[in-house]
Amino acid sequence: MAENIESTKKVKIPRHEMPCQEPEVRARNFEEVALGYTEETAIEEAKRCLQCKKPKCVTGCPVEVLIPEFIKKVAEGDFQEAGNVLKIKNSLPAVCGRVCPQENQCESKCILGIKGESVAIGRLERFAADFGMKTGKSVFEKPALSGKRVAIIGAGPAGLACAGDLAKAGHAVTVLEALHVAGGVLMYGIPQFRLPKEIVQTEIENLKTMGVEILTNQVVGKITSVDELMENGYDAVFIGTGAGLPYFMDIPGENLNGVYSANEFLTRTNLMKGYKFPDYATPVKVGKNVAVLGAGNVAMDSARTALRLGAENVYIIYRRSRDEMPARKEELEHAEEEGIQFRLLTNPVAIEGDERGWVKSLTCLRYELGEPDASGRRAPIAIKGSEFDIPMDTVVVAIGQGPNPLVTTSTPGLELNKRGNIVADPETLMTSKPGVFAGGDIVTGAATVILAMGAGKKAAAGIDQYLKGK
Amino acid sequence: MYHVVKKRLLATGIALLDVNAPAVAAKVEPGQFVIVRVDEQSERIPLTVMDFDREKGTITIVVQDVGYSSAIITGMNEGDAFQDFVGPLGVESEIENYGTVVCIGGGLGIAPIHPIARALKDAGNHVISVLGARSADLLILEDEMAAASSEVVIATNDGSKGVKGFVTDGLAEVLAQGHQVKAIWAIGPMIMMKAVVDYTRSLGIKTIVSMNPIMVDGTGMCGACRISVGNETKFACVDGPEFDGHLVDFDLAMKRLAFYKDEENRAKARLECNHEGGHH
Ligand SMILES: Cc1cc2nc3c(=O)[nH]c(=O)nc-3n(C[C@H](O)[C@H](O)[C@H](O)COP(=O)(O)OP(=O)(O)OC[C@H]3O[C@@H](n4cnc5c(N)ncnc54)[C@H](O)[C@@H]3O)c2cc1C
Ligand SMILES: Cc1cc2nc3c(=O)[nH]c(=O)nc-3n(C[C@H](O)[C@H](O)[C@H](O)COP(=O)(O)OP(=O)(O)OC[C@H]3O[C@@H](n4cnc5c(N)ncnc54)[C@H](O)[C@@H]3O)c2cc1C
Ligand code: SF4
Ligand code: SF4
Ligand code: FES
Ligand SMILES: [Mg+2]
Repeated sequence: MAENIESTKKVKIPRHEMPCQEPEVRARNFEEVALGYTEETAIEEAKRCLQCKKPKCVTGCPVEVLIPEFIKKVAEGDFQEAGNVLKIKNSLPAVCGRVCPQENQCESKCILGIKGESVAIGRLERFAADFGMKTGKSVFEKPALSGKRVAIIGAGPAGLACAGDLAKAGHAVTVLEALHVAGGVLMYGIPQFRLPKEIVQTEIENLKTMGVEILTNQVVGKITSVDELMENGYDAVFIGTGAGLPYFMDIPGENLNGVYSANEFLTRTNLMKGYKFPDYATPVKVGKNVAVLGAGNVAMDSARTALRLGAENVYIIYRRSRDEMPARKEELEHAEEEGIQFRLLTNPVAIEGDERGWVKSLTCLRYELGEPDASGRRAPIAIKGSEFDIPMDTVVVAIGQGPNPLVTTSTPGLELNKRGNIVADPETLMTSKPGVFAGGDIVTGAATVILAMGAGKKAAAGIDQYLKGK
Repeated sequence: MYHVVKKRLLATGIALLDVNAPAVAAKVEPGQFVIVRVDEQSERIPLTVMDFDREKGTITIVVQDVGYSSAIITGMNEGDAFQDFVGPLGVESEIENYGTVVCIGGGLGIAPIHPIARALKDAGNHVISVLGARSADLLILEDEMAAASSEVVIATNDGSKGVKGFVTDGLAEVLAQGHQVKAIWAIGPMIMMKAVVDYTRSLGIKTIVSMNPIMVDGTGMCGACRISVGNETKFACVDGPEFDGHLVDFDLAMKRLAFYKDEENRAKARLECNHEGGHH
């Protein structure tokens, strides 16, 4: 049983650490935190993979990346080919390698993880994709044109993935994006230090070379509508408008100066490059003490951004305990290393302001954990009379986002669920309107990049089928 | 790129620009606005549409130099171009035949009131426009407003033209004439709109105001533009910019305009610095 001995040995090789900027240094700059594997480390890590005949890891990936195949190429030192293999299933591997919650997806299923540490699939994916990007060689042969036109609304991961697959299938694709750049949350939400914007734009340039037309500054629902697009010669429409509507907590003081939605805070910093103010003209400000309400990825990004903008104390304020925090493990750890302070089992009840209308302090209640609730998590229960104030100059509300109604309310006949998300057929992603498809956060509610991409690809297949039948 | 095809200086620091943006011009309605970005380093600046020409494919904006970005825009010339020009944004004005209506434009607010007055007149209303400025030389678009209205009343703070006083004094004069005013549109600085709604509240005349809080995206994504209307938080960029003035919390809205005062002053100082140094 040579294979078994081999695998036992491999289980014992520890997973290779990701080199990072030192916490004290990176907490004050906007450069990427994780530096990426060297070629040697990548090969070593790739060699840990057992090349399973029935790779479990693939079942954990929403787009079924050919994981052992690409890792094999890395192990052989054929990085270019590794990148090509990735691209077969994933049109944005350099993005996913960086931001996928791998610990819940591919890596959570890796067989090595049962007895030891899983293969660092995400890190290898990033490595191979970056290599391919540096060499700039992309493998795309123009397909035979179908003569069909598809309009895609929203240039986030869902729209972009859908555009890529439709272009590969020979359809003429136009993407309409409301903002002045394509990329969706990848551009305006996820910070530079976690996902350099140059990478997102390189991936978008690739799409353009595939013939995808991207029109920015197009707010669908205003300048045109889904029905008009269908009337004006598009054979199908895909809606990928995301979950861009910021929720607030509905507590007193939320409209004081110094209170941001995470979307505004991150958009000013990332999309508008407010961290380079005044070279870039959009201001963003933080005071000494910053509270971030919430504990998901968006909250971690806001907190770490506040630190980099010069805040002295940045607090994550969260009602439940550490185990319930929805953020990715890696982001949590990074935030902690950088000095973000966690105020757990604490819930804000009011924001106090001064006479000029500025945030002065945050009033919170302490909580304790009670019996498990319907979600199976122990329910947080407020402790009576435990109110206390923390001095604060800035508050960032990061408690979630809903569907933006601009497209949905301007499209008669589009079935929505109670929360305002679009209802789509789970197999084809066609909506209640024939020829109109939808996917990503606008259907599922705020989720992940890879799920949105997977939805975009699924819809592309659905659209392709639909167009063939026309 | 969106080219400036015509420029006219209306008063010191106030420029009118016709911008080539055919797709926006095809769809825009009175009361809506655009967001512009001059170049890669620029802010996204919201500006109300003063006029549009669907045939020529142009949008007319009127910009007042109040700070860093607006100074750059008022300094643009024919042939220059905006990198980004997005619109139409916001909800259009509710135009119908109300009977007699008053359109109040204060200062720069005359520009956005212009297409609204014209549309109301086209819809069959008797439109009385009340135009206010600090002094006669700062009064803009008088001819355009005369064409768009049935009657025009002018008020200047220093009395250099028309009624001496504020737009509320002009409005008082209109009401004193016994007109049965069914609705009022009031657009101008927040302090002016607040004065108008405080005045009309007791009279029970429906008064629409156009709110201009600080905005970023203009699509309802960031929440920067939130204001309080009838004790409910609204996003002015998508729920407005027009609201029932009697329900708006103006004190809050005015405080929110000062969110970035320190930074704005820094940016402006830099602009002045650049001018003196003679380079960019
Ligand atoms: C701060 C932050 C951090 C995150 N971190 C992670 C992470 O680490 N890992 C992860 O997997 N996921 C993360 N997510 C979630 C992930 O980014 C989203 O699930 C994903 O981007 C959804 O993709 P989408 O294409 O559906 O929508 P979006 O990315 O939201 O893109 C939608 C696009 O549609 C455009 N649009 C909206 N309305 C219109 C209209 N009317 N007309 C034209 N265009 C329109 C928008 O401008 C936008 O560009 C994060 C999200 C945020 C906000
Ligand atoms: C819906 C709407 C329509 C508008 N229409 C017009 C118009 O037709 N003509 C015109 O000259 N101005 C208009 N404005 C105001 C114009 O957007 C601001 O004067 C401009 O953004 C100021 O930028 P600045 O950099 O020159 O000045 P700054 O020095 O940066 O700011 C000066 C003041 O302008 C306001 N302001 C700053 N940034 C913004 C912003 N991003 N959005 C809104 N207000 C801001 C603040 O009160 C600030 O104190 C409108 C604003 C809104 C929201
Ligand atoms: S796309 Fe995401 S889930 Fe799939 S293999 Fe890559 S990192 Fe894992
Ligand atoms: S499950 Fe793990 S070891 Fe097996 S192929 Fe996938 S990555 Fe390699
Ligand atoms: S400007 Fe961002 S929501 Fe209105
Ligand atoms: Mg400014």
